[in-house]
Amino acid sequence: MDPSAYFSLLFSDYTLRTISLGTVLMGIVCGVLGSFALLRRRSLLGDAVSHAALPGIVLAFMITGTKDPWLFFLGAILSGLAGAVWIIGISARTHLKTDTSLGLVLSVFFGLGILLLTMVQRQPNANQAGLDSFLFGQAATLMVSDVIMIAVVGLGSLILVAVFWKEFKLLSFDPQYAGTLGFKVRLLDILLTSLIVVAIVLGLQTVGVVLMSAMLLAPAAAARQWTNSLGTMVLLAGIFGALSGLTGTAFSTFSDKAATGPVIVLSATLLVVVSFFFSPGRGLLFKQIRLYRNRKSLRLHKTLSVMYEIASAHEEFSHPHSVSILNDFRGYSKKCLRELEARNLIVLKENTWMLTREGYEQAEMDHPENQGR
Amino acid sequence: MSNAQVEIQLIAVVVAAACAIPGVFLVLRKMAMISDAISHAILPGIVAGFFLTQDLSSPWLVLMATLTGMLTVVLVEVTHKTGLVKEDAAIGLVFPAMFSIGVILIARYAGSIHLDTDVVLSGEIAFAPFDRLYAGQTDLGPKSLWVMGGILLISLILLFVFFKELKISTFDPELAATLGFSPVLLHYSLMLLTSVTTVGAFDAVGAILVVALMIVPAGIAYLLTSKLKTMLWLAVGAGALSAVAGYWLARRLDGSIPGSMAVVLGFLFLLTWLFSSRHGMIPGIFRLKRQKKEYALLTFLLHVKNHSAPGQDPAERDVAHLYGHFNWTGKTARMVLNLAGKNNLIHMQDQRVSLTTKGETFTEEAVGYIIFNEKAALENTKGRFLLFRG
Repeated sequence: MDPSAYFSLLFSDYTLRTISLGTVLMGIVCGVLGSFALLRRRSLLGDAVSHAALPGIVLAFMITGTKDPWLFFLGAILSGLAGAVWIIGISARTHLKTDTSLGLVLSVFFGLGILLLTMVQRQPNANQAGLDSFLFGQAATLMVSDVIMIAVVGLGSLILVAVFWKEFKLLSFDPQYAGTLGFKVRLLDILLTSLIVVAIVLGLQTVGVVLMSAMLLAPAAAARQWTNSLGTMVLLAGIFGALSGLTGTAFSTFSDKAATGPVIVLSATLLVVVSFFFSPGRGLLFKQIRLYRNRKSLRLHKTLSVMYEIASAHEEFSHPHSVSILNDFRGYSKKCLRELEARNLIVLKENTWMLTREGYEQAEMDHPENQGR
Repeated sequence: MSNAQVEIQLIAVVVAAACAIPGVFLVLRKMAMISDAISHAILPGIVAGFFLTQDLSSPWLVLMATLTGMLTVVLVEVTHKTGLVKEDAAIGLVFPAMFSIGVILIARYAGSIHLDTDVVLSGEIAFAPFDRLYAGQTDLGPKSLWVMGGILLISLILLFVFFKELKISTFDPELAATLGFSPVLLHYSLMLLTSVTTVGAFDAVGAILVVALMIVPAGIAYLLTSKLKTMLWLAVGAGALSAVAGYWLARRLDGSIPGSMAVVLGFLFLLTWLFSSRHGMIPGIFRLKRQKKEYALLTFLLHVKNHSAPGQDPAERDVAHLYGHFNWTGKTARMVLNLAGKNNLIHMQDQRVSLTTKGETFTEEAVGYIIFNEKAALENTKGRFLLFRG
């Protein structure tokens, strides 16, 4: 597929523009709220809630027989929240751990959803076609009414996040402190969790219930690697979310076979992998480089300090010594000596070495006896 | 019942039993979500295997998909070990990515392989009896029954041989390590067993409902007992029950069999949660009420005992005085007096209470246990002395 063709279509084609707007908005909302889910260590709650939303969607259709986005939204929210309450209830009231309650609610609710879905599909009702696009998502099924709903609800959630920015920030990093400052932590937690549920439900039609959790998590996890500031992280996560959404739409438009959800999730995962390796602060590549540099610098310092001890036993520090007397000290290497010479700390001459004045002074400063002067 | 119906139920029972066994250990080791990750992430392995063998129950496919499952476990651990994300986030990042690859592969080769996403999500146990195993001309039964039966047999053998090791390493990993059992080896063996079982069950019940069959029976059993052997039996029993009940529910509603198995399991869990005598909510409410009454009784008895000593004012033991002293309502006071009287712990003379010998022994014993916070011993004492409980 040619990206430029996609972009020219994006400006000329009304339907494509609508769909893209919908997925981009969805991506932004998911990225922003996903950041809080990641920081609050609620990463897998999204997985459970998105699966739990399925019976709500199918029930909304079974009861009304129409495919109104607001009804689906309502059904999904209600059953998603029911799932979340069940999870929290099991963890709080029994000795079962959170992982068990997550797996339990996720699979039971999804089972109910599948049961209802198969029941609906076997009924002679042509209107039900397309309900199963909620499983893996199909951006192409987005209509103007869907996009309007995403825009209204999504903007509403973003505004709420902006209004409660300080509170959510405190809640994410130090809930105990937030409590001592007099914020109603429980209430704030409920609000934040509800907003996360809303973000999940907004993405269901494009990404699908099965993979929605990744849409919440991946942009946030990628953004986390680039910064230590919450504001920047949320902004980046929004951008990453939008990018993944756009990629998914592009594929969905040009290949009607592919469900959108997997494409969106894979592009978001690609962003995560790139961030894991190449982010300057936390990235694995730079971490490795830093480790290598530290090792090298430590080796140089050790060698220099051994030389200093030998040299300071003599009256004149520039007295030349044979390289072989360093043999007792295992840490040195020829490369290391050359590096020291390149830094003008020692002078090498035919198998002997002597410290320069600079080298002597630096070693004197590094020496443990002289530390803290 | 037709032959096919019996066979479907039999397969469902075997699948449920095979899933319940590793499920118990996953729940006890707080790794339930790993089964979710494995069940999703084996998809690319299954698709690739299916592409090569065209047969969902081929041993090569089982092998490839199992290796994919192990790869997932390793990937989650590697991602977690980078220190860049927490463990739950690592799970949440790895399995959707792998599952996505699987779904895209299916869509890409949809024309050339018979495997669609519906099968992935909810299995095709209804068609399982039609795929049969033949030895020459003899019909040996459904192929998936043989595959799952084999897997169940393997996990049973492993369970019997390594029961002690599994038990110790689950409840006390440090002790297991000092005794010389390798926790790493046991961990990966369990992961391997989970992967194999998931792959085997995938064909019948699909990716996500495998999780229901692993986690929910174990959750139900854990609410009912704290003995590992009993828990395993209960989990297998709950799984088998859900298999049969789920089949009939699905027939009645004309819906997906695995879906209704999960619903039955959820319903069983809810019932257990409400009514289990050990951890149930409703027995819990009654227990709380009883504890409250018996606590009041003990406070009252202690008060009477303290004021029975020589040199104490006997007026402290007057019934009228008690109302004010404990700040009880008339109802509570009457209840306590009544309870103490019925159990023959006190006798009354001119509206003045004194302990019987039984009451004195009981109070002494109970107070001793309360001081050292020995709850079990206290409950035992209550059981021995109180004929009528609170």
